[in-house]
Amino acid sequence: MAKDQMVMYEEEFNQIQLVVDKLVKDANAKVVFIVDKNGQLIAAAGDVDNLDTTSLASLTAGNIAATGGMAKLLREEEFATQFHEGSKQNVHIQLVGNRVILVVIFDSRSSLGLVRLRVKKASEELNKIFESLLKKVQEPGADTPFGEITDEDIDNLFND
Amino acid sequence: MSFINYMAREINCKIVYYGPGLCGKTTNLQYIYERTNPSAKGKLISLATETERTLFFDFLPLSLGEIRGFKARFQLYTVPGQVFYDASRKLILKGVDGVVYVADSQIERAEANIESLENLKTNLNEQGYSLEKLPFVIQYNKRDLPNVADVAELRELLNPTGVPEFEAVARTGVGVFETLKAVAKLVLTELKKGGG
Ligand SMILES: Nc1nc2c(ncn2[C@@H]2O[C@H](COP(=O)(O)OP(=O)(O)OP(=O)(O)O)[C@@H](O)[C@H]2O)c(=O)[nH]1
Ligand SMILES: [Mg+2]
Repeated sequence: MAKDQMVMYEEEFNQIQLVVDKLVKDANAKVVFIVDKNGQLIAAAGDVDNLDTTSLASLTAGNIAATGGMAKLLREEEFATQFHEGSKQNVHIQLVGNRVILVVIFDSRSSLGLVRLRVKKASEELNKIFESLLKKVQEPGADTPFGEITDEDIDNLFND
Repeated sequence: MSFINYMAREINCKIVYYGPGLCGKTTNLQYIYERTNPSAKGKLISLATETERTLFFDFLPLSLGEIRGFKARFQLYTVPGQVFYDASRKLILKGVDGVVYVADSQIERAEANIESLENLKTNLNEQGYSLEKLPFVIQYNKRDLPNVADVAELRELLNPTGVPEFEAVARTGVGVFETLKAVAKLVLTELKKGGG
């Protein structure tokens, strides 16, 4: 398996979901989601039904990539935190372990101070989970379910 | 870098459309978007200038169906082709699983094509990838125009190693899905090899 292959297993997913669910409550947030640096949504919680999380995920990753590029030019390390203030909603974006991005959307029922505090705690927990996930992925024997796909399977995808 | 999600039973792959300014990368995505069943696509997001040149990227998520019980999802991105957006192009290439190089077939764009392909190689190498090892296809676009180079000439300039190549008129959709399918197939085949 490729060294930097991103994989999500049920066990770690459940742990991540717990952190995210808790963060929504503790931070009085509307929505919390986690995206990997390539823009793939990993987990979400809160009022997500009316939200285009796929698009948000890709734009968040683009945003982090762009600020990361700026940081490099300025010889800074990553800008790990971003805050966008809107008229009704605010967005807090935190880079966790330089690998995933934690996004919190909140309104006047919460405050930046509270969100910051809770994000800090959640980041530490997420960091641990992703570290152990990474180890698991790199273990020899960690297999993809795709070793056994046939050319026919692939062709069938395109037959409609 | 594909993302295998055992929980959602999804496999996510990133495909990047690369090529010189105005070669038709965005037009490819627009056509795919128009012709794809609503249940199989997300929004087409275009971060563009006021004159509709790509500024950062276009993004289109697609579901191609199931493979071994996993949903095969592809995230299509275009880069901005204009030379001075190089920093953005590098960012978009991060985590790429497959590349479509869109060439502008017009004779006067020969140099721009070569330059952009070289730029692709340089930017991939910088990130530790190499084009030879990536799933990679070439599209010769704008075949409808009168002033186009012969495919044989384009092949000699841009495709000496003989990767899959397609003639296209992205504006009307000719060759667009053929190109996409070819690269998607290579990406999935690569995943299969990568197992174990
Ligand atoms: N005649 C013709 N025009 C095309 C074709 N494909 C694209 N175009 C036109 O070429 C112009 C540029 O197309 P885009 O898709 O925006 O080009 P792009 O590669 O995304 O350009 P950048 O975003 O600047 O990198 C548009 O006016 C398209 O309609 C084609 O096959 N034939
Ligand atoms: Mg474009």
